[in-house]
Amino acid sequence: MTSDLVLTGISKQFGAQYAVQQLDLTVPSGTFFALLGPSGCGKTTTLRMIAGLEEPSSGSISLGEQEITRLRPYKRPVNTVFQNYALFPHLDIFENVAFGLKRRGVKDFKPKVTEMLDLVELGTFGKRRPSQLSGGQQQRVALARALINRPQVLLLDEPLGALDLKLRRQMQIELKRIQTEVGITFVHVTHDQEEAMTMADTIAVMNAGVIEQLGSPAELYDLPATTFVANFLGQSNLIRASIIGRAEQNLIVEVQGRKVTVPLPRCRVTEGEVWMGIRPEKVFLAAAGTEQSNGVNQLRSAVVTDVSYVGVSTQYLARLPWDQELTVFEQNTGARGTFAVGDEVDLHWQPEHTFVLDAEQDALAGVEDIDDPGGAG
Amino acid sequence: MSAVGQLGATTTAAKPTPPPQRSGRRLTAYLLLLPGGLWLLLFFAIPLVSLLAASLYDPNGSIENGFSMTWHWQNFGDTMADYWRPFVRSLWYALITTAFCLLLGYPLAYAIAIKAGRWKNLMLALVIAPFFTSFLIRTLSWKLLLSDNGFVVDTLKWLHILDEDGRLLATTSAVVTGLTYNFLPFMVLPLYASLERIDTRLIEAGQDLFAGPITTFRTVTLPLSMPGVVAGTLLTFIPSAGDYINSQLLGTPKQRMIGNDIQRLFAAGAYPAAAALSVTLMAAIVVLVLLYIRRAGTEDLV
Repeated sequence: MTSDLVLTGISKQFGAQYAVQQLDLTVPSGTFFALLGPSGCGKTTTLRMIAGLEEPSSGSISLGEQEITRLRPYKRPVNTVFQNYALFPHLDIFENVAFGLKRRGVKDFKPKVTEMLDLVELGTFGKRRPSQLSGGQQQRVALARALINRPQVLLLDEPLGALDLKLRRQMQIELKRIQTEVGITFVHVTHDQEEAMTMADTIAVMNAGVIEQLGSPAELYDLPATTFVANFLGQSNLIRASIIGRAEQNLIVEVQGRKVTVPLPRCRVTEGEVWMGIRPEKVFLAAAGTEQSNGVNQLRSAVVTDVSYVGVSTQYLARLPWDQELTVFEQNTGARGTFAVGDEVDLHWQPEHTFVLDAEQDALAGVEDIDDPGGAG
Repeated sequence: MSAVGQLGATTTAAKPTPPPQRSGRRLTAYLLLLPGGLWLLLFFAIPLVSLLAASLYDPNGSIENGFSMTWHWQNFGDTMADYWRPFVRSLWYALITTAFCLLLGYPLAYAIAIKAGRWKNLMLALVIAPFFTSFLIRTLSWKLLLSDNGFVVDTLKWLHILDEDGRLLATTSAVVTGLTYNFLPFMVLPLYASLERIDTRLIEAGQDLFAGPITTFRTVTLPLSMPGVVAGTLLTFIPSAGDYINSQLLGTPKQRMIGNDIQRLFAAGAYPAAAALSVTLMAAIVVLVLLYIRRAGTEDLV
């Protein structure tokens, strides 16, 4: 079963439009891998090419030793959990789950089906039709129908998209548990960053047909490589700045006349105009002039323009002298005071929480639309 | 009639509605049923009863002297003894016609529903287009098309597919061809409706689960299109079993169908015999259809 899924130079064109462009990807065997991106970024097309439901315009796909680029879908050791499940409405649950085994001529499939239905806790539902099941149950049938074939790679196309929030949380944990239990490679496509971060070992963030960044959830969040990743995965404050010098392992960055430092490994560019980024929860607020700037990065003379209390934290908007508003999340630990709209504050944060990105990139890339249903998180 | 029951049930179940309004609503429901009910009574129930009655009249009566009701059950046996050949032939032709319609119609409906893309509406319009011309005219056109000196026969002779003295018109093939042509849209449309509703992801799911194209068709597409197959075969079989135009225009007495005999008997004033044959045909079709539906399994045919 040790067979990595390798995509080399994969492109897919629809007419003149590239859905996926020169994609290189290695999914190590046995990992939970997430392809994360907004709708239309090419993630589903990539998944469909792995499944064999779409043929790549160029490039190759291999699974272990076997090249599968042009292999028909029914000949691949790969199974899919479809978006909206695509359960066969004319077959009962048992027959749905048995479908793949029967097609491969597996004799004595009955105990296997029963066992699989037990794994997804649907042991007593075998005789029902898909339409008689709830969304969460249908989802589990779809999972069982794919998993029972012991594929080398299981593909999940927005598997939790149709479920309500509570059920989705529950299924995230469940999916992760099942993946750990069976040890099959899972490739999971989603636009929901929280879903990807909860379950995946490795996330590839896709945008406009290319992979923007690949890494563990913590790596991606802590040190985004592009403005798109910075904005799509959580929120970021991006401030226009320029690099003016270097001091040992730090770069000196000037922001509107103030100097701050950023550790060199956290800078994607090392000279000229840049975006300086900082996550909202890494920024602290202090009443104006009350804190010293010993070793921390500081921006002074901001004014609180908005306060929203959300229970675990309070979200502030603080307007800087050059009229840019930064988002700040303060944990409501009770240890620190709160601020009101109109208060003068200073902002400070640790240099090692700063990151520096190329100023050529769009600072608003990946900022989620208000009407994007995947905005939760 | 079930509609009446349902409407009644919902109105009585609606507790908060005050009584006067409730009876008013119920009255409205009956009033709405009235035109359809009257129509059914006038043009279905009464003719049916009169047909059943006519089939039991004394066969010695005539239009001039009138018929008397003598409960002459022998009409059925007598007519079947005389006309069992065209009767069996009709069912046989209808069966072949249905089979041809299914063979031709299924790929066509499949292409329109799943593969046509932006040509879908045009293709559907082309399927329906023949209805703009009368059934009779279209069948007459076939007569011209297949005629002995026609282009088709000449070409086939030139290609030596047809013998020098071979002909297309006035053959069983011509009759079945005409029937197939005339009833093909009745097969294609329900099949299309049924195939069009199939989620193509189910076909992909089949392929994903190790079923090749043929297996996917057999285990996924075909079962899901069964409602269309049943509706289409019924809509083709029933009218073609009773048809007499195609046999009349494209065939000879050798291709005589039961409809021709019924029509001839009615025209000759032999009402009891004609009625008895009609009732037998109707009963035979009802029995066949019931058996067929039971076999095809109607539980999911919604």
